[in-house]
Amino acid sequence: MNWELIFGQITWNSFVFAGAIENPSLSEFIASGAGTVAVLGALASVILLTVKRWWVPLWRDWLTSVDHKKVGIMYIVTALVMFARAVIEGALMRAQQLSAVDNSGFLSADHFGQLFSTHGTIMIFFVAMPFITGLMNYVMPLQIGARDVSFPLLNAISLMLTIAGAILIMVSLVIGQFSTGGWTAYPPFTGIHFSPGEGVDYWIWAVSLGSIGSTLTGLNFAVTIYKKRCPGMTLFRMPLFCWTTLCTSILMIFAMAPLTVATVMLALDRYAGFHFFTNGAGGNMMNYANLFWLFGHPEVYILILPAFGVWSEVVSTFSSKRIYGYTSLVYATMCIAVLSFAVWLHHFFTMGQSADVNAVFGIATMVIGVPTGVKVYDWLLTMVGGRIRFTTSMLFHINFLLTFILGGMTGVLLANPGIDFQVHNTLFLVAHFHNMIIPGVLFGMFAAVQFWFPKAFGFRLHEGLGRASFWCFAPGFLLAFFPLYWLGMMGATRRTYMWTDPAYLPWLALAMAGAVLILTGFGLMVTQIVVSVRRRAELAAPLGDPWDGRALEWSIPSPPPAWNFAVLPDVSSRDPFYEAKKAGTAYRSPEAYEDIEVPRNTATAPLIGLFACAWAFGLVWHIWWLVVVSFVLMWAVVIARSFASDTEETVPAAMVKAANEAFLAAVRATPGVTRDQEMTAANRGRAIPEGWEGGASILTSGAAVGVSR
Amino acid sequence: MKSRGIVGLLAAAVPALAWPGVACAGSFLEPAGPIAAGQIAHFGVISTLMLIVIVPMFVALPIVLLRYRRGGRGAYRPDWEFNWVLEILIWGVPVVLAFALGTALWKHTLQHDPYRPLGPEPLVVEVVALDWKFLFLYPEQGVATLDLLALPENRPVTLKLTSGTVMQSFIIPSLAGQIYAMAGMQTQLNVLADKTGDLVGRNTQYNGLGFATQSFKTSVMSQEAFEAWVEATKAQTAALDAAGYQALLKPSVVSEPVLYGNFTPGLFDQVIASFSPGMAQGHAHAGMSASTPPHHDHDHMQEAGR
Repeated sequence: MNWELIFGQITWNSFVFAGAIENPSLSEFIASGAGTVAVLGALASVILLTVKRWWVPLWRDWLTSVDHKKVGIMYIVTALVMFARAVIEGALMRAQQLSAVDNSGFLSADHFGQLFSTHGTIMIFFVAMPFITGLMNYVMPLQIGARDVSFPLLNAISLMLTIAGAILIMVSLVIGQFSTGGWTAYPPFTGIHFSPGEGVDYWIWAVSLGSIGSTLTGLNFAVTIYKKRCPGMTLFRMPLFCWTTLCTSILMIFAMAPLTVATVMLALDRYAGFHFFTNGAGGNMMNYANLFWLFGHPEVYILILPAFGVWSEVVSTFSSKRIYGYTSLVYATMCIAVLSFAVWLHHFFTMGQSADVNAVFGIATMVIGVPTGVKVYDWLLTMVGGRIRFTTSMLFHINFLLTFILGGMTGVLLANPGIDFQVHNTLFLVAHFHNMIIPGVLFGMFAAVQFWFPKAFGFRLHEGLGRASFWCFAPGFLLAFFPLYWLGMMGATRRTYMWTDPAYLPWLALAMAGAVLILTGFGLMVTQIVVSVRRRAELAAPLGDPWDGRALEWSIPSPPPAWNFAVLPDVSSRDPFYEAKKAGTAYRSPEAYEDIEVPRNTATAPLIGLFACAWAFGLVWHIWWLVVVSFVLMWAVVIARSFASDTEETVPAAMVKAANEAFLAAVRATPGVTRDQEMTAANRGRAIPEGWEGGASILTSGAAVGVSR
Repeated sequence: MKSRGIVGLLAAAVPALAWPGVACAGSFLEPAGPIAAGQIAHFGVISTLMLIVIVPMFVALPIVLLRYRRGGRGAYRPDWEFNWVLEILIWGVPVVLAFALGTALWKHTLQHDPYRPLGPEPLVVEVVALDWKFLFLYPEQGVATLDLLALPENRPVTLKLTSGTVMQSFIIPSLAGQIYAMAGMQTQLNVLADKTGDLVGRNTQYNGLGFATQSFKTSVMSQEAFEAWVEATKAQTAALDAAGYQALLKPSVVSEPVLYGNFTPGLFDQVIASFSPGMAQGHAHAGMSASTPPHHDHDHMQEAGR
């Protein structure tokens, strides 16, 4: 019996537990522990689903759904699950580096190599990307007054491909090893000659699935914004979050392709003996570096732009004021999006090109700092003349303004080739990009969760625990990463599992303390969600507008019905819902209701995801029958779907009317709350706009009024 | 260290003031040559200039939060959204600053170009990055070392780099910044050490299990001491030939530097040529001896950038 025909290259030794049995060490036990947690987590989910009889609802209401809201929530859940793994990996690496001054610590060099590779790969492709994609999915169609995205099924397929990639990377915890090539996977180190085995293949296929999903998302969202805006919603009336979503989508369309090309070329090198990036036979790794960063640099803006959108919404809502310099912010965002394609070379100033080339890209990098600086000051000016409420989201925003600008400073330092020559590949660089991504993107997403959670689920999150988590996250970040700047200047290299310089020790200890605080913050955030679910009756805000919101999403019930808007809104200004509240035209019954067509649920997307995952797993382990079978099945699903003509169902006008009139009646029956009562049980989601507490129109447009209290 | 006026002087003092007494032989915080000194000075200049955008935020934000907090004394103007003066300021200041920063960047980048020789008649050292060690070849002196770079004080040095394996990044932080060493290609780093002593050099690009300990000693010595060192090294019986190089390709960590009394001339070029198209599986045959005269291939050699 030839087992290889069936199992490919999987052997008994491929399982992580075999390592612990054959070579018992703390490092192996940690690896096995992680594998066990992954297996137990999966088992626990299966048991929970079975005991609670949730299989059917999970399949019927969620996995087969093409509703952009559910797709968005599933993206964010994926991101949070993956975040739990990757943040623990980060803390483990901190602990290892602290324990490994002048000795080799408790992790093996190889285990450490896998940790920094999975940590980076997961955080970028399976935390940050699904988080922003999920958020854009949920919020953007609501803000432009649309019933769904342009291609709902494609949207679900994007999600399932991303989940397939995430599952693949989770499987690597249990079966086989992961790459040690870092999240950038530079060849020739990741070529078959220097990295034989399945590790790099796990990276290639996980990232490829994710990147194809993101390309499709980009296309889908750009088209949605161009074509599905409600009447009156001109581009320059869109909330800024929609603008940043548009820019991110365009970046996704153009930037994900080079990554897909690079990973496929690397795969051809590894599987088929090609020589794109090999040392000999005409291969050249410099091509990989260019392709990768042609994706990699726009990627950082793909991540940060939606967060910028979140910050714009948060600062204006919690200052109860119009955004300052809307037009300026739009142009700044566009400038950033365009310029982001002109700076990729600054990731490898050290590759030996001429000083002129380096200088040009260095200056281009500084130029991109200009619109970013403008945005930061626009947010500051938005608060001027407002009435600022220090909610959890707003605390994250204030923290963002202060720390992001420091990250900008180190970014400008790194833009100087002369300085980059010194601190490239050191912890200085590690500190810099964490400084941009954590307070900027990650905390932006956390702020977004605090902000839009009541919209998605109909109840607010517990504010006290939210603030508590902020007060762990923010100082935790400072402690964990600012020492790394100094360590980097002292010459501490990145991806290094042990040190010989005792001078590093105090700084590594500080960083460890920061990591502990960050973990505590995450624990508090999870607690916050659990506590809020348990107290959901008291925190309920079903009327949809708990924060005195400004854009269209706050004008509909929480959670919104499947069709979002009973009647498509007609918009005549920016901040349409806020203006309607002031003018007293909010919550009016429409004159007539019409039937609404919504897409039917379909098993297409989850099946494609399942077969894509099996296909990638087969490729990783050279299980060729599985590769062929799953590939055929995947396309069979696509072809079968193309024959389905009855893909939409009609929601009758009467049903829409009943639901909407019930909502409007509830709103009218509920007294609005002022911002003083925002965090009390009285806040059911009907807001009295700030400054309108008396109910009379004491405010005229643009007039300055004193504080009445 | 070149003075750039009071700003530069102040700025260069910032790191030194903030963390007194931290000594790092492996860092540009303790420069041992003009390039690293220029880099830390430039670091100071840029940091200082950046304060122009940072300080206003740190000053203004607390004031704004205090004044415009709910219940604060600031006037509530919910529809205020634009002001031309502010607009010109928030675009103008960064643009002017980017000009200043860009000019500084341009000058510094051209002046501190790693390819620019730092004087006439530099000492040429050829560097081959291997898994997890560096091979240094002194063509002029005819000696070679493993994980030890001996340099004379105050003489310009041209390091020519290539790799016999995966890409690595070569740095001696106290002397100059890093540059990649890539197989089949040659990069260059010009350095000058202006004080004697031992410095740390290392690879900063992850290349496998031995990466963490892939560092080497850089000994800067006086001219006379360097000549004496060359003579003493020449007296070593160990020699590096093609077979010896083959053995070095096997990944290993070198605990003590190795000295070779002589080496096969043209070895560096052979290492590069061994990766050129047509050489079957470049890696395995790197450093092959006789068949290709080393200098014939030189013109066709791929060079990184230049």
